Amino acid sequence: MKNQSVEVNFIMQGMRQRRRRWLFVTTLLVILAVVLSSAMLLLGNTIYPVHIVVRTLLGEEISGANFAVNTIRLPRMLAGVFAGFAFGVGGYVFQTMLRNPLANPNILGITSGSSVAAVFCITVLHTSNSTISIAAVIGGLATVIVMYLLARGGTFSIGRIIIIGIAIQAMLDAVISFLLLKSAQQDIAGAIRWLGGSLNGSKMSELPPLIIVVLLFTPIIIIFGKQLGILELGEQMASSLGVSTDRLRIILIVSSVFMIAIATATTGPIAFVSFLAGPIANRLVGVSSSNILPAGLVGVNLVLIADLIGQFAFEYRFPVGVITGLLGAPYLIYLLIRMNRKGEL
Amino acid sequence: MLGARVVSYQELMDGLFYTNQDSYGANVVRKRISRTVFSLCCGVALGIAGVLMQAVTRNPLADPSILGVNTGATLFVVIGITLFNITTAGEYIWLALIGASITAVFVFGIGSMGRGGATPIKLLLAGAATSAALSSLVTAIIIPSAYAQDQFRFWQVGSVGSGNWDSIKIFLPFLIVGLLIAFISAPALNALALGDDVATSLGVRPGILRAFAIIAGVVLCGAATALAGPIGFIGLLATHAMRFVIGPDLRFLIPMSALAGAIILTFSDVVGRLIASPGELEVGILTAFIGAPILIILAKKSKVRSL
Repeated sequence: MKNQSVEVNFIMQGMRQRRRRWLFVTTLLVILAVVLSSAMLLLGNTIYPVHIVVRTLLGEEISGANFAVNTIRLPRMLAGVFAGFAFGVGGYVFQTMLRNPLANPNILGITSGSSVAAVFCITVLHTSNSTISIAAVIGGLATVIVMYLLARGGTFSIGRIIIIGIAIQAMLDAVISFLLLKSAQQDIAGAIRWLGGSLNGSKMSELPPLIIVVLLFTPIIIIFGKQLGILELGEQMASSLGVSTDRLRIILIVSSVFMIAIATATTGPIAFVSFLAGPIANRLVGVSSSNILPAGLVGVNLVLIADLIGQFAFEYRFPVGVITGLLGAPYLIYLLIRMNRKGEL
Repeated sequence: MLGARVVSYQELMDGLFYTNQDSYGANVVRKRISRTVFSLCCGVALGIAGVLMQAVTRNPLADPSILGVNTGATLFVVIGITLFNITTAGEYIWLALIGASITAVFVFGIGSMGRGGATPIKLLLAGAATSAALSSLVTAIIIPSAYAQDQFRFWQVGSVGSGNWDSIKIFLPFLIVGLLIAFISAPALNALALGDDVATSLGVRPGILRAFAIIAGVVLCGAATALAGPIGFIGLLATHAMRFVIGPDLRFLIPMSALAGAIILTFSDVVGRLIASPGELEVGILTAFIGAPILIILAKKSKVRSL
């Protein structure tokens, strides 16, 4: 009896430690995000001092500063913050749910689905931004549904899902190439820049759908995400604990696809953020299924850092997606090597 | 005969046999002959490259495009275009070969780490990951250069439309070398299919054999990629179609897959020209559309399910 209570104490202590670490890391990530977003507002062709930026944000008219900060830098920063958060959370949910860090929206072809829809809108229909967002969401969801239908039947196997994802992606990429090839010269530069993922030219008017979706679906994901841990124990365990696995999966998948698709529609597919955020958050906080918020914050920080690097580190201004791609690709290969060594595949 | 402009039988005959005739139709026919020959060559190369890679890795899903070898070739060609201002196909081809070989070694290296050696899923993931990594490098390189973007856009899709007698001339030596190695090594590769131990006892040295077969595969698909751009899934399609028809004996499978690759690629090219008339649909797009469902079907088949 005594032994047992010692054990319980030990576990409780561990939980408290985890909780403290979680709080600590989350606070740190928030502070870092605030610093980076301030940097996004302060830095640029002209560097404005803090008090001027604050006054322009409060609505004062200061010639020059007003345009630079309110019209260019603020939307750029907000787009980065919300898209980064959406990518981070969406990627984390997929990785945790499928119990494999490689299973993320990039590799599964979901971002490609959104991209096809968006590129079609840009180059063929020349539609407004809100239509692009809706199309991207539909494209992403359609891809997931097709994948689900194809992967159904037989035993549930991650390997099979990933292979199907790669195949679907090959087809979707062919469609994108085709659209680019057939479109008029003046649309192409825009489409290519968008495909690379970029915060350039973000406008205030484009942001509301993204912000609304993030604010709406984040609480849903956090609430249902509590049961994600149970899902991780395996299908049978979960149903014996009274969790309806199918319903939970559908809610989580639909919510994260919404977030990712809307972020993709606004900024383009910023490569590897959805893939990197989860593992980094797990590394910082410790592997668990309650890292939704940290994963989102890591996503924010990644996008902001990459955009700052892209803007100021080189002679040519690279869009943010190129930088995240260059940062993320080596990590992907490293992860693969590690998983192979451990025989996790 | 078919294409964006359908030529008459008379014009076809003029183009083929009366070289002094100079009508518009006859010229179109001559252009299309070189294009057809070129697409046949590419098909042969890609078909054989597919068989060789599948045989060497004992892996039904291996294909130059899936393993990321095409992207490796792409990266080096793009570097050539932007940094060294390379414009001729003769120089493309060497860069593509280097890129393809480095990528092939890299992907096999990663894929065969750990327990169980190079299983299909591990190789596939290594290929996909490497592809993703290399494509972000490609994007980083082409974005600052409008010229490279324009060049790359057309090359990237994969098309045999640019094929002319000059590119065939450049291609031919690589094709012949690759073919020779493939045919010579076929019986030994058959032995390899029984496992390394059996192969060794039959007098085959697995390491050297693998190296040769991979070199041949890389030469074939690297050369085809350099000239036509990355055309995916031909190897996968050709090999599986032929294995289904004639069985797994590589002595027959290699020539038959070469034939099948040539037929599939040329057929796709013709279809692409017809359905998108008066323009044309690049063949790389079409093969992706035919090939990807095959990959899904293979993934669903019982052989792969165990993975």
